[in-house]
Amino acid sequence: MGMRKVAVVGAGMTKFMRRAQETGRELAYQASKMALDSCEMTLEDIDSVALGTAPDAFDGLHMKGEYLSDGAGAWNKPYMRCYVGGGTGVFAAIQGWYHVASGLFDTCLVVCEEKMSSCKPHPQGAFLTIFDHTTERPLKPNLVWIFALEMNRYMTVHGLEKKDIARVAVKNKRNALDHPCAQLAADITVEDVLNSEVLAWPVQRLDISPTSDGAAAMVLAAEHVAKRITDKPVWIKGVGWSLDTAYWTNRDLYYPKYVESAARMAYDMAGIREPRKEIHVVEPYDPFDYKELHHLEGLLLCEKGEAPRLTADGVTARDGDMPVCPSGGLLGVGNPIAASGVMKLNEIFWQLRGEAGKRQVPGQPRTGLAQSWGDLMQVGCVVVLGV
Amino acid sequence: MRTVAIVGVGYSGFRSITPDLSYKELMYEAAAKAYEDAGVDPQRDIESFVSVAEDFNEGTSIFDEYVPDQIGGALKPVHTICGDGIHGLIAAHMQVLTGAMDIVMVEAHSKASNILTLTDVIAYAMEPIYNRPLGANPLFIGGMEMNRYLYTTDTSEVQCAQVVVKNRGNGFLNPSAAYGARIDVDTVLESDVVSYPLKQLEISSHADGAIVMVLASGEVARELTGLPLWIRGVGWSNETPSLETRDWEGATYARMSAQMAYRTAGIRNPWQEIDFAEIDDTFAYKELQHMEALGLCRDGEAGYLVEEGVTELDGEFPVNPSGGSLGLGHLLDAAGLGRVLEVVLQLRGEAGERQLEDVETGLAFGWRGIPTTSGAAVVLGV
Repeated sequence: MGMRKVAVVGAGMTKFMRRAQETGRELAYQASKMALDSCEMTLEDIDSVALGTAPDAFDGLHMKGEYLSDGAGAWNKPYMRCYVGGGTGVFAAIQGWYHVASGLFDTCLVVCEEKMSSCKPHPQGAFLTIFDHTTERPLKPNLVWIFALEMNRYMTVHGLEKKDIARVAVKNKRNALDHPCAQLAADITVEDVLNSEVLAWPVQRLDISPTSDGAAAMVLAAEHVAKRITDKPVWIKGVGWSLDTAYWTNRDLYYPKYVESAARMAYDMAGIREPRKEIHVVEPYDPFDYKELHHLEGLLLCEKGEAPRLTADGVTARDGDMPVCPSGGLLGVGNPIAASGVMKLNEIFWQLRGEAGKRQVPGQPRTGLAQSWGDLMQVGCVVVLGV
Repeated sequence: MRTVAIVGVGYSGFRSITPDLSYKELMYEAAAKAYEDAGVDPQRDIESFVSVAEDFNEGTSIFDEYVPDQIGGALKPVHTICGDGIHGLIAAHMQVLTGAMDIVMVEAHSKASNILTLTDVIAYAMEPIYNRPLGANPLFIGGMEMNRYLYTTDTSEVQCAQVVVKNRGNGFLNPSAAYGARIDVDTVLESDVVSYPLKQLEISSHADGAIVMVLASGEVARELTGLPLWIRGVGWSNETPSLETRDWEGATYARMSAQMAYRTAGIRNPWQEIDFAEIDDTFAYKELQHMEALGLCRDGEAGYLVEEGVTELDGEFPVNPSGGSLGLGHLLDAAGLGRVLEVVLQLRGEAGERQLEDVETGLAFGWRGIPTTSGAAVVLGV
């Protein structure tokens, strides 16, 4: 039986910033309103709402999804909140996809919101509570430590130097100069990254995306509705997600198997056999510069250990053969956790429609991919979009 | 549209405390039983896993990290729904409906006994700018709403107390129930007033446990079991969490959930076409308010139906034969799945001493508790 086709027909986002004056509800409202306006729809046209937002501890709000519901346009509507930690953003689109693909609804508004600035003095305090309560939390780990372990392992296995990785931060922050919502756009050099403060070796300040407030939203519609709304629908061709074991200490961290597993699922659904040739623009999750490289390998877009060379050769530049994070990614645009995943999908949506303005990649891309990642270096979520 | 059935259920519990078991062990036991019941191997057969949890109830942020191992889902599609257990069931249902999956599982659990300050946790769900600074015990919302409900529908406190007597009595026949008891109306009415007019014994106590269900698409379901229970309709809705603008009378979220569930199930007259119901009874009056909102009777009529024994086990339309949350114990995020579990057991004829006769269609409805206005309904049939 053929599956119901689902299209993205509208997209919106707030500015990503260190500290927003708006409440989480207001941020969710702004992004939703912009997404609806972009396709000339109103809430009356929306049958269901899928929400994504990451830890409740950021806002100190139990059942945060309930609190955000009216801001997300869910008043008197079927409304559900999904959750896969840092992977939530792209997963929310997958959740929206199954709402519409199930046949229960013709439209779904996907909204992701994050307000990290409520967490005082810093969201790292909330991140303390993500660790295993018996084996890890007593060590009082800082989140950056475990990524330092992973980055170190990745560098060691492939014999990489810091400069091989720092190029990603330089590229993405520069790309973000063209993004009107960007928080940390900058024209920096590899030396700037290498000279920035060491947080937990080998992670330095400019290797990391910021903490941010922000929201992003997209409108999904079934085929017959999408064709009525726009002559430029962007189809969800494939979705995939995978969650690996919680015992991250038992895994070899040099390669994200869960991302490969999610990618294979999405490629199967999209009928993609040679991802490197068939995918024209990529938005992998880049909360750290090494993660972009890690994820390109997990997504089977290059060989293991090859991603740094592609970056050095300019293949992943905006005008390269395979543009990666033309938006500026989380390193440049910012990282309000769940919202950043939808920001990535929105970027692919705008790129495929040729509406990305100064960020537009050359060559009229027809297929793009967004990916998110999270939990204890554990989950991969992949959405393939195409026109 | 595809058809979807529940082909396996498993549960662990339900007890007021479980010092001998971690939440992972509760989940493992429920999952192992459900897989055995469905005849499936999780790594080989199950294509997607849905868990239902809220961080603050677990005491762990990004709790979905700790889900995959004990349910056999590592390196497979697993995601969490922050909702009632029935929201999770519907998420699994939708995935099968897409045609991308044939076998999907849903898990929900409660380890309420680990929470030292549950009331304080609920207070963290209050709107943080206008409401939380009032510092009120959030149960006041239950008291205010009950007062409004009694006033507008002419329902009596005695009728509310009768819900408690019925449900805890049903729980007495349910070996899985944590709070089964034979009590009388006076005992309920004489219990401490927590937030006028809501009394201590009208508030369900919490229990620990885990529930897992396996869903399969039509043909696969028929291959797996001789008695698939078909998901005939689903519905869910969210009104507004704002205390200032919500409907304090009619449980709009339940009304809208039911409308969608009946529409998708093709049900026009629920009282005639449904044989029994498992309905959220977090507070005793909620069973009555929800019965009316679910269209099972007219507004103001539910109290009389209880008084006349219509909703007893041997009545015309039994409600909460399991004992409900009052008798079984409130299972936090798993509460709604507890309602579904009883519908499954009744339709399979596995409900033991409390088995209803000649039942073919059952309704389950879950509510997420104060301060939410979020509910979900499912109609199951043989």
